[in-house]
Amino acid sequence: MNNNRFADNRAWFLVLPATLLVAFSSLIPFIAVVNYSLQIVFNMNTHSFVGWSTFHDALTNEEFRGALGRQVLFTAIVLAIEVPLGIGVALTMPRSGRAVGPIMVVLALPLLVPWNVVGLIWQIFARGDIGLFGAFVNNVLHINYNYATGSVSAWFTVVLMSVWHWTSLIALLCYAGLCAIPGAFYQAARIDGASRWAVFRFIELPKLRGVLTIAILLRFVYSFKVYAEPLTVTGGGPGSSTTFMTEMLTNTAIGQFAYGKAAAYGLLYFLIILLISYVFYIVLTRVGTSEGDQ
Amino acid sequence: MALIRFDGVAHSYSGHAEKPADYALQPMNFSWDDGGAYALLGPSGCGKSTLLNICSGLLKPSEGRVFFGDRDVTDLSPERRNIAQVFQFPVLYDSMSVYDNLAFPLRNRKVQRSHIDRRVREVAEMLDLGSVLKRRASGLGAELKQKISMGRGLVRDDTSAILFDEPLTVIDPQLKWRLRRQLKEVHKQFSHTMIYVTHDQIEALTFADKVVVMSDGEIVQVGTPQELFERPEHTFVGFFIGSPGMNFIECRIDGDSAVIGERRVSLSASQANAAAQAGSGDFKLGIRPEFVEAARPGEGFAARVTAVADMGEFHLVTADLDGNELKIKLPDAHAHIQDDTLHVQFPSEWLCLYHNERLIGHEVEVAA
Amino acid sequence: MTIRRICLTLFILFLLIPIYWLVMMSFKSNTEITSQLTFFPKDWTLVHYHDIFNSGKWTGSFLHSLSYVALNVAITLPLAIPAAYAFSRYDFLADKHLFFWFLTNLMAPPAVFLIPYFQLYHSIHLFDTVYAVALAHTLFNLPLAVWILEGFMSGVPREIDETAYLDGYSLPRFFIKIFLPLIGSGIGVAAFFCFMFSWIELLLANTLTSSNAMPFATMMSSAFTASGTDWGILAAAGTLTLIPGVLVIWFVRHRIASGFALGRV
Repeated sequence: MNNNRFADNRAWFLVLPATLLVAFSSLIPFIAVVNYSLQIVFNMNTHSFVGWSTFHDALTNEEFRGALGRQVLFTAIVLAIEVPLGIGVALTMPRSGRAVGPIMVVLALPLLVPWNVVGLIWQIFARGDIGLFGAFVNNVLHINYNYATGSVSAWFTVVLMSVWHWTSLIALLCYAGLCAIPGAFYQAARIDGASRWAVFRFIELPKLRGVLTIAILLRFVYSFKVYAEPLTVTGGGPGSSTTFMTEMLTNTAIGQFAYGKAAAYGLLYFLIILLISYVFYIVLTRVGTSEGDQ
Repeated sequence: MALIRFDGVAHSYSGHAEKPADYALQPMNFSWDDGGAYALLGPSGCGKSTLLNICSGLLKPSEGRVFFGDRDVTDLSPERRNIAQVFQFPVLYDSMSVYDNLAFPLRNRKVQRSHIDRRVREVAEMLDLGSVLKRRASGLGAELKQKISMGRGLVRDDTSAILFDEPLTVIDPQLKWRLRRQLKEVHKQFSHTMIYVTHDQIEALTFADKVVVMSDGEIVQVGTPQELFERPEHTFVGFFIGSPGMNFIECRIDGDSAVIGERRVSLSASQANAAAQAGSGDFKLGIRPEFVEAARPGEGFAARVTAVADMGEFHLVTADLDGNELKIKLPDAHAHIQDDTLHVQFPSEWLCLYHNERLIGHEVEVAA
Repeated sequence: MTIRRICLTLFILFLLIPIYWLVMMSFKSNTEITSQLTFFPKDWTLVHYHDIFNSGKWTGSFLHSLSYVALNVAITLPLAIPAAYAFSRYDFLADKHLFFWFLTNLMAPPAVFLIPYFQLYHSIHLFDTVYAVALAHTLFNLPLAVWILEGFMSGVPREIDETAYLDGYSLPRFFIKIFLPLIGSGIGVAAFFCFMFSWIELLLANTLTSSNAMPFATMMSSAFTASGTDWGILAAAGTLTLIPGVLVIWFVRHRIASGFALGRV
């Protein structure tokens, strides 16, 4: 938001409809979840209040901690791969010419595939019997690869699928950022004798900070909420080796009918996302702006 | 001594030029003297930036060669020419401090640290940047930012020319004169060759020793500000420089006089000679609004006045003379106007004769 | 230059080959799929598409998906545009807190809300309708649209508003005649993102429907049966889900670059 705005509280009338709908979609369910989380629900009608102990249970629960650990690991791995790769792809893209349109369409394509279909595509593609990739790894590279039985294979598949699915988002955002850099910056760098690396480090990367902040935040949030894709491919297995937070939560709520537990887990989960997003946001907007400033 | 020499340089962005209209820069031979302060003046799209980018090496001309001294630099990249360029908008490395910005060109060239430090401090002192050296460059005002861009060019020992591409566009009007004065001081102190592109004639005339006027991809005149004002070699220069520009009056030649309507104006001997040699074509007389004089009623030419504007120190009269619009600057116009008619005369020493838009019959041309 | 091109080509192949494999599989017979690996169908068959188009359940579910996506965009944009305008132009009580609260909903994991959503939409008798899904998707789409539009609107100088008011325009007339055309591409981008996130979301859509408004993606799970998986029909259904996305991107292909920057470069 810019700072140069009209002061007028009547603007509330403009935001009111949107606020009411968002409140309906999030506030009412949120209050319900808080209410559940403070109770253990035996069935839909008789419940007894147990308060904070539910939260305490969550933090010491094996299931919760296991899923959270796997979730953090998964998010860290996919961010570490997708962010540099996405920047790299953006740097290789031509800025103009007839190829730009088709390249954009291909890049955006994985983003518009429904999430369970992403899972389906990789489920088929990576199978040893009917999939090109699975057959290639098993029969040509002679590596024993089966995502249904080996947890390493399963992790590899889930990460590769995420890279396939989401790297384009970072690439497209960075490409937009790169296109917005005026030509004079590159010209000045040539006159200053800057190397290709210096141009990237001192011109392109600083100018990409804004879009990269958005990209990393979105990628963090969506990778932390990942559900349908790994579920379709591995079903969370083998064992629970690829069971991430959302799946653990739905299993608890719907599979075990433990609403109170699920609600408490869910609130903690939401809180963790908010907290990490906030930290990311602060770090990303401060980095490279305050250092050296007195 | 010529520092930068253009030998048949021309440029066409399409790469294949067949007719003059295909060129952004028409074929030209031209030399920039070592240590000169040049202004490159012309309207938008006249090819000034193209010419500048050919000097700096950001653009390779599609025809001709560029020489720095005796060295053919046509194929050299910008960093291998001893040139700095300041762009229209401040180009800074946002994530670096002012100090690091200034040191950047030297660090890229692997210069010794102690030498870098000394150079950066010298340049900062000269440009009054000493107090902000530790600050981040991104938070500073446009004037300081442009000084830093300039400093990056000055910091190198080997810089022999600095090119400016409309560098004051983003500076507040009150600060423009200050930066311009600082530029002149830098020029005096280091005698780098400076080429300053602008479309603002005041900027050009106050900054430069020599002004190069361009139009449609061609250099139409090179001269001191005074020469441009008094003897424009092309009607475009007369029109473009001065406020308002030069008056042009269509005429025909008869012996040693020019005829406007029914009345005659006598020409100098050299003008008459040149006109006779030129043969047919369009002839125009040119005279600055400052040099037109009021005549007594009945004498000179009767011009019909269409407007009189009070400009404070003088009146600006707009009048019609046989279908030619005349602008005249007079200290007290109303004293001379009767019944919407003003009698004017054209002092022969300020009268220029143009044949097909080019100045003829003047000693300056002979001397050159 | 050539190294760059090779890298880009490799990445594009990496994106396309899995999709190619899916599409080709949809034209193979089930025996061919399970008996051998072929890069190209030996016998082209349209039997899987034929099965889908002749089943009311499949075609119906495809229409359900399309309608809740369209409804969602139709609900989201008219509410998001005035809200984004307020955030970009006015200073009002608690504006920053409200904006932040909007954004937190982008981060909310839908899984947390499954049970309350189920009960909420049951209690207002919208369960198992496309309206339920369309409304539920506003949870993340409305904040997203407000965020995108606010970025584009802040790029329009405020002087334009002031000039229009001085010229005697009322707020609604200024908005329709002058402002909306100026942020046309921003509205397009917001619509694109709302379409995208509603089309690809499954968890809420699945939870809020059963048989009458079943989304296409849920319908696909019926191809996994106890007697085995009908890979052919799954591949054909998967291929069909790509089509709306491809159509939408094709229409906005020239705006994608600026669009993905959300008006913030």
